[in-house]
Amino acid sequence: MAERRNIVLGAAAVAIVSLGMFGPLIGLKTEQNMANELVLLFRPWHMLAAIFGAVAIYVIVTSLKAANEGRVRAVAVKTEKSRFQKWLAPGGLGALFLYPLFIALFVGVSGIPKWVDNFGILILIYVMLGWGLNIVVGLAGLLDLGYVAFYAIGSYSYALLSLHFGWSFWICLPVAGILAALWGVILGFPVLRLRGDYLAIVTLAFGEIIYLIAKNWKNFTGGGAGISAPRITFFGIKFDASENGFAAWVSWVMTSISETFGGPAITLAHAPWYRTVFLYYIIVLLALLTAYVTLRLRRLPVGRAWEALREDEIACRSLGLNTTNTKLTAFACGAMFGGLAGAFFGARQGFVDPEGFKFIESAIILAIVVLGGMGSLIGVAMAAVAMQGGTEILRELGFLKQVFGDDFQPELYRMLIFGGAMVIIMLWKPRGFVSVRQPTAFLNERKAIGLENVKEGHG
Amino acid sequence: MEYLYFIQQLINGITLGSIYGLIAIGYTMVFGIIGMVNFSHGDIFMVSAFIALIVFLVVTTWLGIASVFIAVLLMLIISMALAGLWNWAIEKVAYRPLRGSFRLAPLISAIGVSLILSNFVQVAQGPRNKPVPPLFNDTIQLATWDGFTAVLAYKQIAIVLITAILLAGFWYIVQKTPLGRAQRACEQDRKMAALLGIDVDRTISATFVMGAALAAVAGTMYVMYYGVISYQDGFIPGIKAFTAAVLGGIGSLPGAVLGGLLIGLIETFFSGYFSLAYKDVAAFSILVVVLIFMPQGILGRPEVEKV
Repeated sequence: MAERRNIVLGAAAVAIVSLGMFGPLIGLKTEQNMANELVLLFRPWHMLAAIFGAVAIYVIVTSLKAANEGRVRAVAVKTEKSRFQKWLAPGGLGALFLYPLFIALFVGVSGIPKWVDNFGILILIYVMLGWGLNIVVGLAGLLDLGYVAFYAIGSYSYALLSLHFGWSFWICLPVAGILAALWGVILGFPVLRLRGDYLAIVTLAFGEIIYLIAKNWKNFTGGGAGISAPRITFFGIKFDASENGFAAWVSWVMTSISETFGGPAITLAHAPWYRTVFLYYIIVLLALLTAYVTLRLRRLPVGRAWEALREDEIACRSLGLNTTNTKLTAFACGAMFGGLAGAFFGARQGFVDPEGFKFIESAIILAIVVLGGMGSLIGVAMAAVAMQGGTEILRELGFLKQVFGDDFQPELYRMLIFGGAMVIIMLWKPRGFVSVRQPTAFLNERKAIGLENVKEGHG
Repeated sequence: MEYLYFIQQLINGITLGSIYGLIAIGYTMVFGIIGMVNFSHGDIFMVSAFIALIVFLVVTTWLGIASVFIAVLLMLIISMALAGLWNWAIEKVAYRPLRGSFRLAPLISAIGVSLILSNFVQVAQGPRNKPVPPLFNDTIQLATWDGFTAVLAYKQIAIVLITAILLAGFWYIVQKTPLGRAQRACEQDRKMAALLGIDVDRTISATFVMGAALAAVAGTMYVMYYGVISYQDGFIPGIKAFTAAVLGGIGSLPGAVLGGLLIGLIETFFSGYFSLAYKDVAAFSILVVVLIFMPQGILGRPEVEKV
């Protein structure tokens, strides 16, 4: 009885507090009238809905807490992978490679721009960025809030190198990666002695500086208007309808093969989706490269040093680990993959402008890594799919307009939801959804350890 | 002319610096007491500016009060109270359960809160810039030379005065009252303070409320001074105020004010004499340089690493 009384009292308190919080900000909306003056719009129903929502959340959370109290959680030590886990990686890889085919078969070629370009490529860019940042945040435990700077450096390297020197994508790609890694080292060298949260702020400042320079140095970067970058080619063959284009080249190859065996001439008509599919496979390979390198590095001494550093920096130092070099390699590795993704982004857009490199992008990538579980590749990939796919789903929720009125734009709620998800994940599962650590060094047999059982040092 | 221009930049810099200093105190106090970079503090500032704007509209258009003095007073009091409420609720929900969690958890949570706040305001109030009718535009013309007039606006005097008065009051709270003593005790050793009967949770809550109240003063000033606010306006002032807190020595209250004034002056002089487009680059570069070369700041104590 007393418990119920407490919940009612608490709910009343929450209602009063949320009235104070939401009353002015939701209940009174500032709008500009025809004379460009600000006027207030009283919205009692919105306000009541917000207060009711806050009270409902409070009641649900407290009752759940009360129901769970006193229960002892079973400590799970899994030794064998379930069948699902066994098939997840190969199944996922197969699905990844067959995805454009699947779309072409079931949605039709007209669905390729939407489903392969907007959906597949964009998600995979975020997967790759997430995996790149995962090296820095997830493995080495360094919070990097300016990761998008390396992405920007990669994009601009590609655009500028191909503009001024006429280098092709395949030369620019590794150069962009190296340049980004170099910047990672240049930035990291003085900064990495700092404590974790100072490091985060310095990387944030660095990210903003790169953005502001890209925006303001008009002679070099084209300023806010951006610069065009050459579109991707099939190893030098352009994707266009000309005689030297990709379609004509494929027709020539196919015809030569066919004529050798006495068959008819085969011609392939030009279509814009060849480039999209080609881009899709490039980003698949780039992302897989990131994953492969991460997995291999975890087994090398340097990868183990990263993880040791994440767990306890002081212990590492007292065991004779050169922490600066260890951090620097993690930083440079992460930066390199950011740069590669950036060069790809430039080639995909055919255009680079600073607006894609704001702090909010860094925050999105960090949110992906945090939500996915720092250190877990599959978790990060799933978070990227949820993030980007979730945005698309929010765009599709047009029917909500009939419920909430015409000025309801579901896609505006994207960052609200992801900010909320970041807080909730930190409160509920601080190591992310897929919070299992696979040790790389073990005695007799490998045991996956649930992270709730791992005590963490403070570095 | 040169000399008048200098005076003008000095006045503008001190005004801007007062605003940064007020925000910086919130960072420095929270950092001092729980060692956390409160990333969402800049957004609390933005939320408080919106509250001040709404109060201003209610007072002038609905209640029809014409007195500027009463309007500003109401804006200040209500936005301080509500911003304090916001920060109190945020600390209770998003930061308190994370004490003792892993090192970066509070910072990540604070980034989440920052995203929530700015997007909440975007959704609730719309994404456009909100222009405010100018409050008091009277100025004192200091001197004229070669067609250039150095001007001291009444609102600049008001900003510096209000900042000074509130800082004095705040200084009194921290130095002379039991609450301030509890705060300083928690800053030195939270466990020992708890053993001696100090309610640590309540003291930390009070710190967040006080920081938010000062940010709300800054928010009200910002609306008054610039006459425009949008949902994105928390980020850059927040980072600059953090720079100020670090420059002055994080954890030190006079340091925060000093750092705020310095950052305000550097920013106005840089945009006045060098380049307007790169003024934020200047501020961020200072942040990087200070953190790398003197992380203890001007008035801070060097940090001792404990195992």
